[in-house]
Amino acid sequence: MRYIEPHGHMVSRTTDDYQAMVLAGCAAVCEPAFWAGFDRRTAEGFHDYFLQLTDYEPRRAQKYHLPHYSWLCINPKESEDTALADDVIALIPDLLAKPSVLGIGEIGLNKNSRNELRILEKHLQLAADYDQLVLVHTPHLEDKLKGTRLILDTIRNFSTLRPDRVIIDHVEEHTAPLVLDRGFWAGITLYPESKATPHRAIDMLELYGHQRIWLNSACDWGHSDPLAVPRTALEMRRRGYDAAFIDQILYQNPLQFLSQNPRFKV
Amino acid sequence: MPSSVSLPDLQFIEARARLLDLASFLDRVQRHGQADDYRLHALRAALPLLLSDAPHRVRRILESLSDPSPDPIPAATLQGAFGAPRPPLA
Repeated sequence: MRYIEPHGHMVSRTTDDYQAMVLAGCAAVCEPAFWAGFDRRTAEGFHDYFLQLTDYEPRRAQKYHLPHYSWLCINPKESEDTALADDVIALIPDLLAKPSVLGIGEIGLNKNSRNELRILEKHLQLAADYDQLVLVHTPHLEDKLKGTRLILDTIRNFSTLRPDRVIIDHVEEHTAPLVLDRGFWAGITLYPESKATPHRAIDMLELYGHQRIWLNSACDWGHSDPLAVPRTALEMRRRGYDAAFIDQILYQNPLQFLSQNPRFKV
Repeated sequence: MPSSVSLPDLQFIEARARLLDLASFLDRVQRHGQADDYRLHALRAALPLLLSDAPHRVRRILESLSDPSPDPIPAATLQGAFGAPRPPLA
């Protein structure tokens, strides 16, 4: 089988994980900028991180012949300090020229605060100004439903951002219909506890269709599994889905969205 | 959607194990005197949805465990989430 990992935080994974992913059929990995587990204090620290994403990590992945792409932003968890966020956002336009950068992400909300919303709007303006694809993180657990509604209402104010160029990630059963009904793409994240299990992800495909949906592991330094996507493929086979359907969901769908940026090649 | 696979054959043992895990968690917090926690109250409030015959149980349980307020909060004073909405401070 083949698959695309459209959301993996590989800076926090080992080289063994790259090897395992390639052995499982991974054809490309995409890495959104995210929270490092602690708050960075300076824009210079973010600049180094962006260089890690755009220069170093593609070289590490290339040792296993795995194309590596990235998305740039300041994560909503670090958006409460709006002065720092402004400085970080100012770094991004020059870096959009890097050959492996796919767009702006993962932006969004975390605790649904006013400052998080202000920084989300600035990221969306940046994406509109530079005609970029957008990857949106939705909040965790009890904050997800409210945050998803706020995010969808905010994007609506940016008329030049087409919904089919925006993916709203980490959807669950209570937010997937909101996202898909408005024409956006939806990402289902496969986490052992806090997002969707393989069983539930497959259920959502049955309930909400299989257009404009991708599956991802969002593997990072926390409780996550870089092989969650191929494990879900196995679960799909056990539930009777054929190889063509699995290929559509795990390879063709992310390829369709990501290929809207002509840099994306597998 | 494939219909040739028996889902009870495939998944009943796993579901049974998860049900027992939930029961043991409720027993455990009760035994340790920790059942009076807002998250436990939220979990108990969701259990009737589990027993309902109506479809979309997962969606309705997720909604019951969600913050119902519509407006942004003034500021994020913490970064984590807890799985159920915190009751307002008295």
